[in-house]
Amino acid sequence: MHVSLTVNGQRAVTDVEPRTLLVHLLREELGLTGTHVGCDTSYCGACTVILDGKTVKSCTMLAVQAQGAEVTTIEGLAANGDLHPVQEGFWERHGLQCGFCTPGMIMSAVGLLSENGSPSEDEIRHGLEGNLCRCTGYHNIVRAVEYAAAKMRGEEPPAPEWEEASA
Amino acid sequence: MGRGVGVSTTSVLGGVVKRREDPALIRGTGLYVDDLQLPGMLHVAFVRSPYAHARVVSVDASDAEAMDGVRAVYTASDVAHLGDLVTQVAVGKLRPLLAGDKVNHLGEAVAMVAADTRYGARDAADAVDVEYDPLDPVIDLKEAASDAALVHEDMESNVLLAWEGGPWGDEEAIAATQQSIADAKARDDTVSVSIEAVNQRLLPMPMEPRSVVADWNVGYGRFTVHSSTQIAHALAGGIAQTFGLSLTDVRCIAPEVGGGFGCKLNVYNDEILVCFASQQLGRPVKFTETRRDAAGSTIHGRGWVATATITGTGDGQILGYELDGIADMGAYSQNFTVAIPFLGLFVGAGQYTFPTHWKVACVHTHTMTTDAYRGAGRPEAAYYLERAIDAYAREIGVDPAEVRRMNFIPADKFPGAATHIGFPMDTGDYETNLDALLETAGYEDLKAERDQLRAEGRLVGLGLATYVEVCGFGPSALVDLGFSWAAYKIPSGFSGSGLVRVQADGTASVIIGTGPTGQGHQTTWAQIVSNQLGIPVENIRVSHGDTAESPLGIGTFGSRSAAVDGSATYEAANKVRAKAADLAAHLLEASADDIVFADGGAHVAGSPDQQVSWSDIATLAYQPHRLPEGMEGGLEAHAVFSPGNATWPFGSHLALVEVDGDTGDVKLLRYIAMDDCGNVINPMIVDGQIHGGLAQGIGQAMFEDGDYEADGNLLKWSFVEYPLPTSADLPSFELHRTVTPTDINPLGVKGIGEAGTIGSAQTVVNAVVDALSPLGVTHVDMPLRPKRVWAAIQAAKTNGSVS
Repeated sequence: MHVSLTVNGQRAVTDVEPRTLLVHLLREELGLTGTHVGCDTSYCGACTVILDGKTVKSCTMLAVQAQGAEVTTIEGLAANGDLHPVQEGFWERHGLQCGFCTPGMIMSAVGLLSENGSPSEDEIRHGLEGNLCRCTGYHNIVRAVEYAAAKMRGEEPPAPEWEEASA
Repeated sequence: MGRGVGVSTTSVLGGVVKRREDPALIRGTGLYVDDLQLPGMLHVAFVRSPYAHARVVSVDASDAEAMDGVRAVYTASDVAHLGDLVTQVAVGKLRPLLAGDKVNHLGEAVAMVAADTRYGARDAADAVDVEYDPLDPVIDLKEAASDAALVHEDMESNVLLAWEGGPWGDEEAIAATQQSIADAKARDDTVSVSIEAVNQRLLPMPMEPRSVVADWNVGYGRFTVHSSTQIAHALAGGIAQTFGLSLTDVRCIAPEVGGGFGCKLNVYNDEILVCFASQQLGRPVKFTETRRDAAGSTIHGRGWVATATITGTGDGQILGYELDGIADMGAYSQNFTVAIPFLGLFVGAGQYTFPTHWKVACVHTHTMTTDAYRGAGRPEAAYYLERAIDAYAREIGVDPAEVRRMNFIPADKFPGAATHIGFPMDTGDYETNLDALLETAGYEDLKAERDQLRAEGRLVGLGLATYVEVCGFGPSALVDLGFSWAAYKIPSGFSGSGLVRVQADGTASVIIGTGPTGQGHQTTWAQIVSNQLGIPVENIRVSHGDTAESPLGIGTFGSRSAAVDGSATYEAANKVRAKAADLAAHLLEASADDIVFADGGAHVAGSPDQQVSWSDIATLAYQPHRLPEGMEGGLEAHAVFSPGNATWPFGSHLALVEVDGDTGDVKLLRYIAMDDCGNVINPMIVDGQIHGGLAQGIGQAMFEDGDYEADGNLLKWSFVEYPLPTSADLPSFELHRTVTPTDINPLGVKGIGEAGTIGSAQTVVNAVVDALSPLGVTHVDMPLRPKRVWAAIQAAKTNGSVS
């Protein structure tokens, strides 16, 4: 089937099997491998992308359902090469280890902050409940989102928990 | 650094450096195996057994073979000539690459389909018609240990061996230990407290499913294999061994690996089978497991039942500890399988002095293989010991912290302290660590708060546990105990290596034999080298995971990379530094002894204004005609580090929980950890390792359960049935540390990858049992999901055993 959509600002037109999942279109047809597949049941959130302004799990949508949509993947998040505040927060606050859940986690955090610019820790934790991470225990993911939220509000981010800021 | 109270702050490095690996990972440009697409690449899917135990009557692949895009369907007879799966500790039944006339666990691979597309391979696998004759499975561990029915009809017993100590292997000393415990029990001033507990099976479940792409080049006579493995060199050796090739004929590459936690510390049959298919079909072949595949055919962890007994006086002096257990090996032994409980035996008596008799039998069942999952044997050992000590403390009415303190190996026994099996330990100061936790946490205040809330009728509990672990494997001489890696053509897996090369422009490449699955090697190793050479971290690039370029190193597991391969890299950097001093001395017309490295270059002591840069030094190194006579060109060094022992980190953890008496729901309110991993290279990374470790220990305590049904079914196929902790399930953790450097390696580092997991499950369970203790509850098996906790509350109320 013919499918046409906009991904990271670029028009993409391709033919896919009707059963092709959006995540496989992104990864295998368009070569955008930053979006990951971590499970078979739309549970882990590694495949999260932003579609028409909302976060969606791209393994839970058929590619053809994205007909005409505007999709942003992790590769499209850094505008003009500058890191998005959420990406910066993950780097500054060690919000990732193996990095596999990270693109989906970042996209969900972007979605969360677009709806709530000043989330409490509890709101961050519940807001990211649909994204699993096996490495970080979420502790520093919460710190990363707190960092990003402050930056996006134009405020100084909370200080890091470790003593030395740099070596 | 060193946020503990009144503790050593010895540090060789100790600075936070933002991770060098992160820019690619946060931009989505990191390369994981499944991202790889090679020209002409085929995809593989497996036909897997829906039964735990059955005869395979027939396999009919004709419909599958007739499907468009299907290139081949392989069954056991096609790969019989390759033998069983190469296995390091080859005790017990080894795994056939594909099941032949019998299947022995749910999910066992019966046939492999190769097709043009991922979806097509899956369709074709579904079209393979396998006829089974189901047989009764052996699932229950006690039944398996009784040999009432055999898992493998050609074996004499389901029991492969029993690990017994201590001291290990000394039967007379074991008998003497048993006698001393029996004598203690016979005294009329002692009590014995026993807990029978399940340490349930767990599914490792890194977020990246395992993935492998094999590419046989018939012209070169060489495999190039990308795999999401923790042990690229062992995989290369295992493939070479299987196919009769040399180590140079197999190149394995582990690119970004999305978590491992031990489950990628195995050579898998699928890795061998895609090599076979690539060789047969002349095309690259990819297999990426689904999460369902992972549940049924990637190794599991834990899976023990055991009874733990503490015997001691009424005032807290422990006179004996006994553990009598059975550990589930699954149907087949793989890499380390039967050795996992052995790691538990090492620390069976924890950091305590009392006589210990520890015996765990390893049995086959009709389930997936168990092997190393974060902590691997040590969480199980610590769980039983610390649950039993807690129960004993409650029985005699002495504070659990005091009971532990009374029985610790005293700090003045170091150096020279040994475990109950006679294995020497490096350094330890357990009392200081425990006291630091109690003081930092405000233990007395927490107890008062708990008692206050309890008086209001709330089920609040405080749980304490301490641990010592063995890690940083090493010693190199483990090989002499039979833990060779010879099955993978590697004479020793317990040393480490590093290579440091200063490039012609003064930047440095560091190539290491081990590889990360998220631990931040690119940053930590850059810090080690920067610290020795003065080359800025941003001018150092660390490579790993490609066996064609990296020196031999076995991998990241057992919290060993920094201690072993990090130390090798430290020594390699020192070799480079020595040569660079000679080069700088030549440039500055001075003596090498007077050269000081600082500010990105070198100068003569006392003359910092006459500085040569690393670029100047390297330029000279790569213009050998300018060198003084006798000096070789180039500026690089390789070092192998041979550790004389493992390392022995330790710590103390405290949890505060509240149980909802109406629903059984457990809320983890606070988690406070005081860990001691020796020196710390990057505190940010070390804390991150503890966070993740805690989440996995708490996951076992509260959420995760990989146990099979009685009929051999595993109803844990997805994250719906096998819940990992989510962000909403966990609190922020409160981390602190004491610092007791090891003397085993030049960095003084012990390792931190597993500590959080080893210390935490029993801490949470102790807290929940404490919360329920007013009702008379003395034990609840993990995971502490609401239904189970609620049932325990109801049972206690029904029994009227209110204390």
